[in-house]
Amino acid sequence: MNKDKIKIENVDLYYGEFQALKNVNMRIKENEITAFIGPSGCGKSTLLKSLNRMNDLIEGVKITGKILLDDVDIYKDMDPSILRKRVGMVFQKPNPFPMSIYENVAYGPKTHGVKSKSRLDEIVEQSLRSAAMWDEVKDRLKKSALGLSGGQQQRLCIARAFSVNPEVILLDEPTSALDPISTMKIEDLLAEIRKNYTIIIVTHNMQQATRISDKTGFFLQGEVVEFDETDKLFSMPKNKKTEDYITGRFG
Amino acid sequence: MEAFKTEGNLKKRKIISIVLKTAVWFCGILTVGILVYILLFILVRGIPNINMEFLFGEYNSETLSALSSIVATIEMIAISLVIAVPIGVFCAIYLTEYAKRGSRAVKIIRLAVDTLAGIPSIVYGLFGMILFVNILGFRASILSGVCTISIMILPVIISTSEEAIKSVPDMYREGSLGLGATRLRTVFKIVLPAAMPGILSGVILAIGRIVGETAALIFTSGTNVMKNPTLNLHSSQRTLAIHMYMLASEGLPHSKDMAFATGAILIVIVFLVNFAAEKLANRIGRQ
Repeated sequence: MNKDKIKIENVDLYYGEFQALKNVNMRIKENEITAFIGPSGCGKSTLLKSLNRMNDLIEGVKITGKILLDDVDIYKDMDPSILRKRVGMVFQKPNPFPMSIYENVAYGPKTHGVKSKSRLDEIVEQSLRSAAMWDEVKDRLKKSALGLSGGQQQRLCIARAFSVNPEVILLDEPTSALDPISTMKIEDLLAEIRKNYTIIIVTHNMQQATRISDKTGFFLQGEVVEFDETDKLFSMPKNKKTEDYITGRFG
Repeated sequence: MEAFKTEGNLKKRKIISIVLKTAVWFCGILTVGILVYILLFILVRGIPNINMEFLFGEYNSETLSALSSIVATIEMIAISLVIAVPIGVFCAIYLTEYAKRGSRAVKIIRLAVDTLAGIPSIVYGLFGMILFVNILGFRASILSGVCTISIMILPVIISTSEEAIKSVPDMYREGSLGLGATRLRTVFKIVLPAAMPGILSGVILAIGRIVGETAALIFTSGTNVMKNPTLNLHSSQRTLAIHMYMLASEGLPHSKDMAFATGAILIVIVFLVNFAAEKLANRIGRQ
């Protein structure tokens, strides 16, 4: 049995007056892929962004309850910079920096104090290899990352997330802007890396959740309606709303 | 529902489009034409009067040499930019990255910037004369001119930098912060480089203002002209624009011609500076 990597306890989150998350409780296991599904605006991305405090950037956000990473309260007892090093994130739209492929991957380790050129070279190669794109780009590391295709850009962003050696990787609909082949590559990649990382993915695509995740959480209007093994949730949902959603009756 | 009368409609649209196209072309040609006319007018009248004495000689009533004015103009550009660009860019960073949206401080700063941008330059001249020349005792000098003109170009730099920084997509910031970078690192390593071309275009505008400024400088750096170029900031020395203005209003037989010669040099300098800045912006943009 894997241990609990992240514990979410009684979390309420408000954007100003609007309550986006209602009493969320969840335990995320180490080395598993957890998927969050649900219709737009259900709070799944909001919860994801709470896990590395990216919500702090939005004005007027208030959060109560506790989120624990290895039993440490990330809102009370952890510096956001350290937290985000340990909990990396890949965004919906590929967002490589407007610099070279090499610099994109080297940015993270440089941020955390790695200076030696040879060490950086090593990290860049390792990260790109883990993202299964080293062979594609090794001859054009000095070229701008913006010249890559959308799918390559997204894998570069995953490589960039690897570069600071995180423990958890959050992915916010990472394939929604990509074509099916790029999507498949990224799904294969996630299956490959799950043994080393704890992965949480928000997705609109239920097939994707069934294909890759161990656990799935179904969100509706800020509440977690059901959270269970992916197989169970999709084959015998306990809740009527979950059933309606996964059978395509709404959402 | 009435059916469309496609053909009549089409004919009418074609006529309108021809008329509009002609108008657009006319305006375009007119603009370029005026520019070309002005350039030719000044260059044709100016260039034949440029001679070695005028460019590199000592100033006297014979040569009316522009050399010390050229040097003073470049000094003025360089030092004013060194003062105003950091202040302006930092101010823009504060406004866009740190201040809370719509906070009182932001409103006040923005009001100040807009007001400063709208003040006629002669008012800056008077202000500079009172503050720098008299109260601070810098006397009529390049230093007084530099101080005055730095304040003058500040609003241009702030507002163009602000726009440039704002146009950097938020997803770059998120990407950087998501890796655990601090706000400061994100601003300096990610946001500023991405905003650099926009900031540079503000710098070019500012250079244009410095090069073309007369009113504010007549009161602060003065209309005096040194025999030989000087780097002494405490000396009073006119810039090229003032040199041109003074020559044009002087009664010497060849001073009008030399005014055009000065104008030609001014144009060349502006071209060179813009060209260099554009090259620089492209280079940064490509990285």
